[in-house]
Amino acid sequence: MTEYPTTKPDSAPGASEGSSEVVHIERPVVEFLRMYMRNWSAVVGLLVFTAIILAALFAPVILAVDPFEMVWMPFTPPGQDGYVLGTDNLGRDMLTAIVYGARATLVVGGSAAALTIFIGITIGSLAGYYRGWVDEVLMRITEFFQVLPPLLLAMVLVALFEPTLTTVAIAIGVVTWTGVARLARAEFMRIRELEFVKAARSIGSRDRRIIWRVILPNALPPLIVNAALTVGVAILFEAALSFLGLSDPNVMSWGKLIGDNRDYLLDAPWTVTVPGVAIFLTVLAVSLIGDGLNDAFNPRLRER
Amino acid sequence: MQTAAPLLEVEGLEVEFRTRQGIARVLDGVTLSLKPGQTLGIVGESGCGKSMTALSIMRLVPTPPGRIGAGAVRLKGENLLQASEARMREVRGKDISMIFQEPMTSLNPVYSIGDQIAETVRLHERLSRRASLERAVNMLKAVHIPAAERRVREFPHQMSGGMRQRVMIAMALACRPSVLIADEPTTALDVTVQAQVFDLLKEMQEKTGTAIILISHDMGAIAEMADRVIVMYAGRVVEEAATDEILESPKHPYTRGLIACVPHMEEQPPPERGALTEIPGVVPSLAALGAGCSFAPRCSHADDLCRRQAPQPFTVGTDRRTACWLYDEPGAP
Amino acid sequence: MLLAVIIFNFILLSLVPGDIADTLAGESGGASQEVMDDIRRTYGLDRPFHIQLATYVGKVLQGDLGTSYYFNLPVTELILGRVAPTLLLVVTALVLAILIGTLFGVIASRKPNKLFSHFVTVLALVGFSAPVFWTAFLLIVLFVAMLEIMPLSGLVDPTTPRGTLAWYLDVLHHLFLPVLSLSSIYLAAYSRLARASMMDVLGSDYIRTARAKGLGETTVTYKHALRNAVIPVITIAGLQFSHIFSGAVVVETVFTWPGLGTLAFESILRGDTPTIMGILFFSAMIVIIVNLLTDIAYRVVDPRIRSARNA
Repeated sequence: MTEYPTTKPDSAPGASEGSSEVVHIERPVVEFLRMYMRNWSAVVGLLVFTAIILAALFAPVILAVDPFEMVWMPFTPPGQDGYVLGTDNLGRDMLTAIVYGARATLVVGGSAAALTIFIGITIGSLAGYYRGWVDEVLMRITEFFQVLPPLLLAMVLVALFEPTLTTVAIAIGVVTWTGVARLARAEFMRIRELEFVKAARSIGSRDRRIIWRVILPNALPPLIVNAALTVGVAILFEAALSFLGLSDPNVMSWGKLIGDNRDYLLDAPWTVTVPGVAIFLTVLAVSLIGDGLNDAFNPRLRER
Repeated sequence: MQTAAPLLEVEGLEVEFRTRQGIARVLDGVTLSLKPGQTLGIVGESGCGKSMTALSIMRLVPTPPGRIGAGAVRLKGENLLQASEARMREVRGKDISMIFQEPMTSLNPVYSIGDQIAETVRLHERLSRRASLERAVNMLKAVHIPAAERRVREFPHQMSGGMRQRVMIAMALACRPSVLIADEPTTALDVTVQAQVFDLLKEMQEKTGTAIILISHDMGAIAEMADRVIVMYAGRVVEEAATDEILESPKHPYTRGLIACVPHMEEQPPPERGALTEIPGVVPSLAALGAGCSFAPRCSHADDLCRRQAPQPFTVGTDRRTACWLYDEPGAP
Repeated sequence: MLLAVIIFNFILLSLVPGDIADTLAGESGGASQEVMDDIRRTYGLDRPFHIQLATYVGKVLQGDLGTSYYFNLPVTELILGRVAPTLLLVVTALVLAILIGTLFGVIASRKPNKLFSHFVTVLALVGFSAPVFWTAFLLIVLFVAMLEIMPLSGLVDPTTPRGTLAWYLDVLHHLFLPVLSLSSIYLAAYSRLARASMMDVLGSDYIRTARAKGLGETTVTYKHALRNAVIPVITIAGLQFSHIFSGAVVVETVFTWPGLGTLAFESILRGDTPTIMGILFFSAMIVIIVNLLTDIAYRVVDPRIRSARNA
């Protein structure tokens, strides 16, 4: 497993070098990138995801049109009259809608995932590090959130408060953190028993330092892989909420586009399939990145 | 016993593994023979091919990446390497049985031990469910498991390591095989339990007359159990002799090293006592083996010839062989 | 745990901006302060927080989830009328996903480098990445529009007489697409999981023992390996049940399947808070029951858990 030598007290520079049998990795980050780049599907995922981010960033520059504006006849098929992806039921340009929709998807997906990871790691690390009653209480809370159907709860939360991008992101974060918490807890419970943590404790490091500076860096690899999947899940939740019409009605998003056009599915199938492809490709790209990170963190598993 | 025809013969067995470093020849011309009721010890460091020899006899080498390249494994004259897979399934568990190093993980956790023993009996002897379970109880009694009638319904996790190894022995001997291969059967157990398991193996051998191939890295265990010993190094048999002979006068430098490593053997000093109390170096990577003797890099007697060309086994005395250039001329040291 | 859900529900309810008086007043086109206070008194909203909470908990424990604003019916009655289609959908999808997923995983694990194994890997990625409503629409385009062999929506053709064999068959016919949509995600996930788990188990010592006994590959795979390999699949299926339930909400709205999901969605649009809270409570209860069933399944499959819990 690729470990970060700097985080382990016993592998400080000069401590364990010189043995001919230990392959000394000069620069772990470079080595990690090399492992990642060897995996072509992960590289494709990264490229696609970068392209989507760029499109979202420069949307107003590429297409200086309001995505809500009616520009042409409704239900113009793709390719006709210069509309590459056609128009929808309200005569809005699909291409513009897709490009602008990427913004909502990425902003909500990204911030919801960040919130999920933050809550998950905080609860998981405290439970896994302190054990005892802290663990007991935090795990009860986690179980509680596992029992509630996440999408249903998110729908309720969004409906109870104002449907804005912020509430949507918070709602998604609140309902999806349990998996991260359980993973973080398991990693912390495993790592806290290892020698270098005992060593840190024996030299009198405080709990906060041990949690953040000693254990967390070593627990990161599986959490980072999980984070990629979390982004995918958050995007899917955002899509589902806006598909159901529960997201901000003033922001164009892919799920909303599908929801607006669902009644015309059989007459103008592109209005539904095209945004679906966009969601699918984005989540696929993110999961390919996740798989690539996983393989790069665990080079030995690839031999299977 | 000297006159009896061999029960199991292995001749020139070669096994190769494809690895990322290239093709590794994990077994290179392994030859051995086992007579009915005899115990043959196979000794050597980890990675020398002991377990692979056992798996090859059972034809359980994982393929790919492994492949049995050449040689013959003859059971009562029948070459098992050419037998069909269906025939091999008849042989496994019925004619040749095997017990493994890890009793903790070698039993299936989700089935009761009675079911697991009975399964073998039902498979090979076509007994009814009831009769095979009865056999299971009797086998558990035979390996001295107390309250066998109750234990037969228990699951592996309810038993200690020593108990589980007894269950493995009961399972292996349930169909009265003519050969039992015991691959490091006591390595994972406590010292006191080790002795019990060896005693049990001896006792069961007397009762059933099965021949045993005992694989171990522990010269002490081999000394206690085996009639004959073969010593393996890097996939080759480097020495073969009767147990007494090998203990009293080991020929191959590697064998001498192995024996010198055993503390309680030092009352009978080997010829060059003090020359080797620990064998320097490690077993070489099999993918990186050159043309010479594979032990040469660690051997204090090695010369140019050793590094250039691997020695073939030379016959020494009446019934022993050793693969070392030191014994090229008859009557050498 | 159920109690926690009830309390959580109540807190959510009291967090909602505006209360029943506002809602009712809004519907009747405005009301005087006096009338509003009167309504609040009827519903006990003028009493202190903890007494309201206690009253609510007590009611829920007696099976009283309040009255739907929209239907003016007891929420419990409303939910019980909708629960059967949802359970039919969710349980069928779950069982299919586990059975077919495990089967796929087993087949893939036996030849890890063959085409089918790669197919399972790709399927898992695609299944995870496709939004379930989009999968549903694609299936509609294929089966309803192009092949014209499947009904578009609903539980059953209303002209079919209820209770006859034709009625049951028609329900199955209508069930096909929703179940296929819903199970596709989990089928993909479970086949990948089962594949990894099988490959793990097939490399273990007791599989070597089983082969050394002379058992054939089929017995080794399906008797000795599968039972061990299915344990993680059961774990994940149990943990993810609430997710499947979530997916059902979306699938039900796409196919206008008259279950709890559709009811929940419509109630949210109508602002029918008691119904929404009732559904939330009810689905949590179903998830808890399923978790208990998972526990039982565990005990059947794995003797280690059986004795650990008995001890």
